Amino acid sequence: MLTFNKRSLLRWGGFACLASAAALVGCGKKEEPAKPAAQAAPAAAPKAEPFKAAWVYVGPVGDAGWTYAHDVGRKAVEAEFGDKVKTTFVEKVPEGADAERVIRDLAAQGNKIIFATSFGFMEQMVKVASEFPDVRFEHATGYKTAPNLRIYDAKFYEDAYLAGVVAGSVTKTNTLGFVASFPIPEVLRNINAFTLGAQSVNPKVKTKVVWVSSWFDPPKESEAAQSMINGGADVLLQNTDSSAVLQTAEKNGKFAFGWDSDMSTVAPKAHLASCVVIWDGYYKKAVKEAMDGSWKTERTVWGVKEGQNALAKIADFVPEAAKKKVDEVKAGMKAGTFEVFTGPIHGTDGKEMLAKGVMADQGWKDKVDFYVKGVEGKIPSGK
Amino acid sequence: MNEIALLIAATLASGTPLAIAGMGLLLNEKAGVLNLGAEGMMLVAAIAGFAAAFTTGSDTLAFLAGAAAGGLLAAAFGALVIWLNTNQYATGLAVSLFGYGFSAFVGVEFVGKKLAERSAFEVPLLADIPLLGPALFKQHPMVYLAIGLMFALIWFLYRSRAGLVLRAIGESPESAHALGYKVRWIRLGAVIAGGALCGVAGAFLSVVYAPLWVEGLVAGRGWIALALTTFATWRPVRVLLGAYLFGGVTMLQFALQGAGVDVSSQLLAMLPYLATIVVLALISRNPAWIRINMPASLGKSFHPGT
Repeated sequence: MLTFNKRSLLRWGGFACLASAAALVGCGKKEEPAKPAAQAAPAAAPKAEPFKAAWVYVGPVGDAGWTYAHDVGRKAVEAEFGDKVKTTFVEKVPEGADAERVIRDLAAQGNKIIFATSFGFMEQMVKVASEFPDVRFEHATGYKTAPNLRIYDAKFYEDAYLAGVVAGSVTKTNTLGFVASFPIPEVLRNINAFTLGAQSVNPKVKTKVVWVSSWFDPPKESEAAQSMINGGADVLLQNTDSSAVLQTAEKNGKFAFGWDSDMSTVAPKAHLASCVVIWDGYYKKAVKEAMDGSWKTERTVWGVKEGQNALAKIADFVPEAAKKKVDEVKAGMKAGTFEVFTGPIHGTDGKEMLAKGVMADQGWKDKVDFYVKGVEGKIPSGK
Repeated sequence: MNEIALLIAATLASGTPLAIAGMGLLLNEKAGVLNLGAEGMMLVAAIAGFAAAFTTGSDTLAFLAGAAAGGLLAAAFGALVIWLNTNQYATGLAVSLFGYGFSAFVGVEFVGKKLAERSAFEVPLLADIPLLGPALFKQHPMVYLAIGLMFALIWFLYRSRAGLVLRAIGESPESAHALGYKVRWIRLGAVIAGGALCGVAGAFLSVVYAPLWVEGLVAGRGWIALALTTFATWRPVRVLLGAYLFGGVTMLQFALQGAGVDVSSQLLAMLPYLATIVVLALISRNPAWIRINMPASLGKSFHPGT
């Protein structure tokens, strides 16, 4: 007898769930032979197994920003090595215990090199790396290493400096705005570089900063951008991963930049340029080294010189003088003669942080914990 | 002074989705159904509205699509809690989680897409008034609709027979049932209407406020609207004011950060929640007042047979 009450629904619902779970598991086994239930890859292979590489992303591939750029790099690896490499990725992995499970899973599935693309995956990478000595782990923007764990990064601050040069030339109110995520050295470097770049063409420039405590929260980024525009800023930069700031700038008739990827189509009137990062070269190198055995623990920080960072799609309406200066600075970066953080650099209280003529070394840059003169406000404490 | 006008303008825009969702939830709760699925309904409506706006270019269709999506999910929620008498809290939570995942799944192709540009809105003559103009009269029509909605809700709940019946059902469904009213159908109607309003709020977020779609766009505003309704002791005016208070303090804390004020940004980020809770709790601290205003059967399931 078919009755529509809670008990019968629960019964049929339970059957349906069990049936579909069984079907999914069965289908899963057929369609994804790359996911063996057992631990190691099969020992006796008839021909060369493709080298397996995996990527762990903190955001969605469709964010058209940070994660998207990494995925473009992954696809470049696929294109370069063809059949010899098999890549997989897991997106939207939260930074925390879930990440550990995902990384361990990927290692257990036979991936021989795993890239984790966010600072917050650091502890999990360290832990899993100690359990899988045969697998190579690469952590982006981190600082902990191990015999089978190494770190890589990009010189985002070079992009931020170039953007600053453009911003300083374009601003009419001499007030810039920066939508920032978390007060870690990387972000503070970007804020400082942006300000220094702007001050190099326009010494009167000031930078406002608003912290949104997230890498990716479009409504909040919009609100933060709007509040800085209300406060007089007319050129904005962000180190958060969405195009919300650009769109807010366009809505208000102000200017902004793309970050992490080319956002020129999102807001044609407001887009001055995009600070892009191109991971293709590094990923190809890393996979090649892992395959031919020359992989070793080191720290690789590439920038404009190696083609990893660039200021792309500079808008036509940017003044010629600004474009020329950008080219000059770029040439200096490529030649290795120009360093963004060259003294004299002073903090907001006037204290000298870098002596005149001194080029900051990696150690100094890693420990940036201050605002340069011209940035308004106080750095929030903690992460 | 201009900054204050801009802050007021930003407050109105920021508080509107909370106000609309809050009033939808008010409708639900006056009928006695606690709808914890608000976040899920706002999310599915946000993607439905964005998809509609992206494919057709029409804002009106987008809001209708959002209302329909919110209403559909609410209908499913209503069927579960009203006819099958599932626990309202658990079902609401499940609906929220479902809404989050479903909207993310459906919205995958829409991430990173851009809507057609729309012209700035302003009320023809009033927008030119020196300070009040930019503060109050350069808003999207939905902002004014939210205020109108509040008045409509007050009239409906307290001045119309239908509203009286609804409130009666919320206070004592057994008595209403004894009087011959179809308690379950009326409750379902309230749930769907409330869900549709949450849907309109969700569509507003994705189509007007931050015109793009990403997973989790609503970022907890559904939960805030729920809290608002409770802290405002189920009075429409207070829901609206609470929403504006929350939105206003949010924009204020960003403005303070931008102005370089020497307070930690984490403390400033807490301000909207603190301010809203403190203010609403203060104005509603009379326990008798709370007893009078809280629908007596809120959260309890109703069996017509008993």
